[in-house]
Amino acid sequence: MPAGDSDAEHLSLTPDQPLATTPLDALHRELGARMVPFAGYAMPVQYDLTGALAERCKGGVLAEHLHCRAQASLFDVSHMGQARLDGAAPAQALEALVPGDIAGLKPGRQRYTLLTNEAGGIIDDLMVANPGEDIFPGGGLFLVVNASRKEIDIAHLRAELRDAATVTPLDDRALLALQGPAAAAVMARLAPAAAALPFMGFAAVIVGGAACYVSRSGYTGEDGFEISVPAHQAEALARLLLDQPEVAPAGLGARDSLRLEAGLCLYGNDLDEVSTPVEAGLTWTIGKRRKMAWDFKGGLVIRDQLGNGATRLRVGLRPEGRAPARAGTTIVDAEGNDAGTVTSGGFSPTLNAPIAMGYVRRDLSADGSRVFLMVRGKPLPAAVVPMPFVPHRYIR
Amino acid sequence: MSDTRFTKDHEWLRLDGDIVTVGITDHAQEALGDVVFVELPEIDREVEEGEACAVVESVKAASDVYAPLAGKVVETNQAIVDDPSLVNGDAMGEAWFFKLEIADAAAFEALMDEEAYTAFLAAEE
Repeated sequence: MPAGDSDAEHLSLTPDQPLATTPLDALHRELGARMVPFAGYAMPVQYDLTGALAERCKGGVLAEHLHCRAQASLFDVSHMGQARLDGAAPAQALEALVPGDIAGLKPGRQRYTLLTNEAGGIIDDLMVANPGEDIFPGGGLFLVVNASRKEIDIAHLRAELRDAATVTPLDDRALLALQGPAAAAVMARLAPAAAALPFMGFAAVIVGGAACYVSRSGYTGEDGFEISVPAHQAEALARLLLDQPEVAPAGLGARDSLRLEAGLCLYGNDLDEVSTPVEAGLTWTIGKRRKMAWDFKGGLVIRDQLGNGATRLRVGLRPEGRAPARAGTTIVDAEGNDAGTVTSGGFSPTLNAPIAMGYVRRDLSADGSRVFLMVRGKPLPAAVVPMPFVPHRYIR
Repeated sequence: MSDTRFTKDHEWLRLDGDIVTVGITDHAQEALGDVVFVELPEIDREVEEGEACAVVESVKAASDVYAPLAGKVVETNQAIVDDPSLVNGDAMGEAWFFKLEIADAAAFEALMDEEAYTAFLAAEE
């Protein structure tokens, strides 16, 4: 029985390569984290908590997951790429590469969008904020991209934008996510201006003495905040947050099960360079104005696919019984014909049942369709269901 | 626990007559994390030594449980199927997986005893 650590490991670089660490590395180890390689970084997959923190949450993926749904959890997401985009008109320049309405992003607002390629495939999914003139003079944008894609994204942006905008990686900043129904109460105590942000709002706020960029967002389906903090102040801020009675640390294991329950995509699993926004069910990210001109990479391909229908679509799956179906599981129809592949799958602590998402043939994509997941050679019946599996509780 | 034997796959065995009870070790459940699913073999199944015959899944990953010795499955523990978290709670006791009728008791004796397993774990660290 191999003592497997994480199915996230396949995303990591070769184990021989020295792992990068985040500014919270020492704190993770002090808190009892089990560290695993992820996207080239040593990251906490879960914690064995002790002392006062253990009274709030005993640690482990299940307990950390449930704590986030009940109270507030602190995640280190410093491995993600933060960058600044500056230029004469950076929003207009970026629009050539993403389907989102970036020029229409008002100061103090953030949006989820996609970097697409010529074939309409997805290079990465990312957050783009317009911090406003007082924070980024000249209309600069703030970007947060996936850890596993940041080098590729930055090279792509630089190659495509050339003189239209400059990309500056913000390697001297850490990124913390405070997520859960009690996150707003915690933030109201420490930084009232951040607690006043609307969903997908963005502001420069002093939190615990550190000059932070805070957005009202996250990737758990809960209300919460992502806090970009200067690296040298990250540990002090994390300790301040962990001192709040509602807060416990949570690792990548809980982050993965939380985002799966929320029906959110993990790049490399659910999104890749051959999946399109239409197939992935992300057409809502295409700005209304952008649908007039389709003037972004792969725009015409995506327009045609939207008109003609994609041959496969991303759906939610509820396996019958208790056996989880993991990423890579083949999906077949009632006749045993190939029908698709599971791209994320595991166990939902909230529903106490297995859940999955994957791509299926269009004729099987309607809610209620019956498919079979080939788990250890046996067809496991599953239903196509709407997502999210657990309702979002974003502040509105 | 001098009558307990261990395998390099982090399983434990206890012999009673020609029936051996098999489970996963405390180290194994600790490494797996929260167990959420267990699948056990059919009764009367004949298994070879090293054959995958049960599955244990945590929130993080799925792992096979192997037959540590050749034999016939004579009993399985439905309690851990109904409540997989028992595996985290009492891996070395109540949360046994299956019982095998074995032909060769000498093979049991040849497996690691507790001292050898402890040393094996230390070397694996």
